Amino acid sequence: MSLLKVENLVSYIGLFTILHGINMEIQAGEAVGILGRNGAGKTTFLRTVMGLVKTRSGVIELDGQSLVGKPPHKISQMGIALCPEDYGVFDELSISENLALAKHKDDTATQDRITYVLDLFPDLKLAYKRPARTLSGGQRQMLSVGRSLVNETQLILIDEPSKGLAPIVIEKMALALKEISKKSTILLVEQNFNMALAVTDRYYIIDEGRTVHNGIMQELANDKELQHRHLGL
Amino acid sequence: MADLITLLITGISEGAHIFLMASSLSVILGLMKVVNFAHGTLFLWGAYAFQMIFNGISGQVNNTLAWLISLLGAIVAGFILGIIFEKVFIARVYGNIGAQILITIGLQIVFTELVRVFWGARVIAVARPEFLQGVSNFSGVIIVHYRIFLIAVGILVAIAGHFILTGTRAGMIIRAGVQNSEMVGALGININRYFTLVFAVGAALAGLGGALFAPIGGTVSPEIGNSSQLLAFIVVIIGGMGNFMGSALGSLFLGVMMALIGWTIPDLALIAPVTLMALVLIFRPQGLFGLAVKH
Repeated sequence: MSLLKVENLVSYIGLFTILHGINMEIQAGEAVGILGRNGAGKTTFLRTVMGLVKTRSGVIELDGQSLVGKPPHKISQMGIALCPEDYGVFDELSISENLALAKHKDDTATQDRITYVLDLFPDLKLAYKRPARTLSGGQRQMLSVGRSLVNETQLILIDEPSKGLAPIVIEKMALALKEISKKSTILLVEQNFNMALAVTDRYYIIDEGRTVHNGIMQELANDKELQHRHLGL
Repeated sequence: MADLITLLITGISEGAHIFLMASSLSVILGLMKVVNFAHGTLFLWGAYAFQMIFNGISGQVNNTLAWLISLLGAIVAGFILGIIFEKVFIARVYGNIGAQILITIGLQIVFTELVRVFWGARVIAVARPEFLQGVSNFSGVIIVHYRIFLIAVGILVAIAGHFILTGTRAGMIIRAGVQNSEMVGALGININRYFTLVFAVGAALAGLGGALFAPIGGTVSPEIGNSSQLLAFIVVIIGGMGNFMGSALGSLFLGVMMALIGWTIPDLALIAPVTLMALVLIFRPQGLFGLAVKH
């Protein structure tokens, strides 16, 4: 059984239908990239899975359980974590509070995962008690990703982690995500093709709210014509 | 000098009193993005619940006990009304500011009229508790005991509120929710529960404000909610939306300013707070002491 199954997904914001038909299957342990041009519906897709955008029709299942119509907090408790495009970090809370806020349980395993996050992102350990507003863009992204690891998560949705970051920080982030992907299932929306290539094994391309193509990441990297046709590269 | 100190004490006590309304209004606005024009009604119902209980049981039980029971009654009345308002009306219009304004103004009108229906439009006398009656004179400085009590309550609420917001998980969730309630939900927290809790506690504080207000002038009437609400909104603007301590400082500032202007230039007493609000909105919309609410 797939960890995440999406069939004929249609979702909307206000009066506008944004997703017109997304189909996808993700297996546990995979790192899968969601690619596409600006405005294709990639972010809306992640937000729909998280319950932040309303579903009109279609299927979204996590491990066989439907997510459609569930509020975001229930979906989070079912094991999905979101790292949004704008990081979703709480500026007025300290780093320790940002991490503590994400805890679903206050047990040893959770504390061990926080220790793992601080080892993975030493910058966060150094500024542990500082308000998040003092962090750089890269550190905010680390905090956002780190927060998604606080619980025993089945699937991590990461939205454009390279956006607005310096090349050196993007490299560090790609290494961290690759490390995380050894333990977690990742669905990564990314415009930076090299970042997606470094982290993910498979991909889906979304265009105008529909999944139009999918395949093996390395094959896409070798197929310039396909890249040009679907991604404008 | 004695007059000045007397004025400062009066101003600080007015500030403490406004704070009870403004702090909750500010957190409700910051967390829930709800413009609550019914907050004055909760204040009004607190005042009337207080007078009804106090005037009803005074003479039957010890005066201090009667006062404490009445105060508790006002807090409970505010809390229950807060839950009803939030669950039945406000929860349906989250994210729709136009509908919020209309529905909360509607609640203000209906529940103010209900006060007239139940208790009449007349002014009702409310006495201060015996142990808080009296005035002291220290070298010309006039100290009204009840005003010192108001200052103490204001300080206690500010300390308790600060402790809850900074020292508890619920406070952490509320502070995070003020910045980005959607993300709080995405972290697995049922933010709607906190919306109800914050609204109900805010309503209880407004009820307490109404109960404490009644004995200042010695009377209650159906109009008292409107003026208090206006002052609370001014404080929210001055202090910064969603900023609890900002509303404490804003209330203090406004209370002292009103006392001083009311004494020196009485004609400007009503204009000054509104003018201050307009100036803050133009030149510092995030508030004098506040942090801009991040959306």
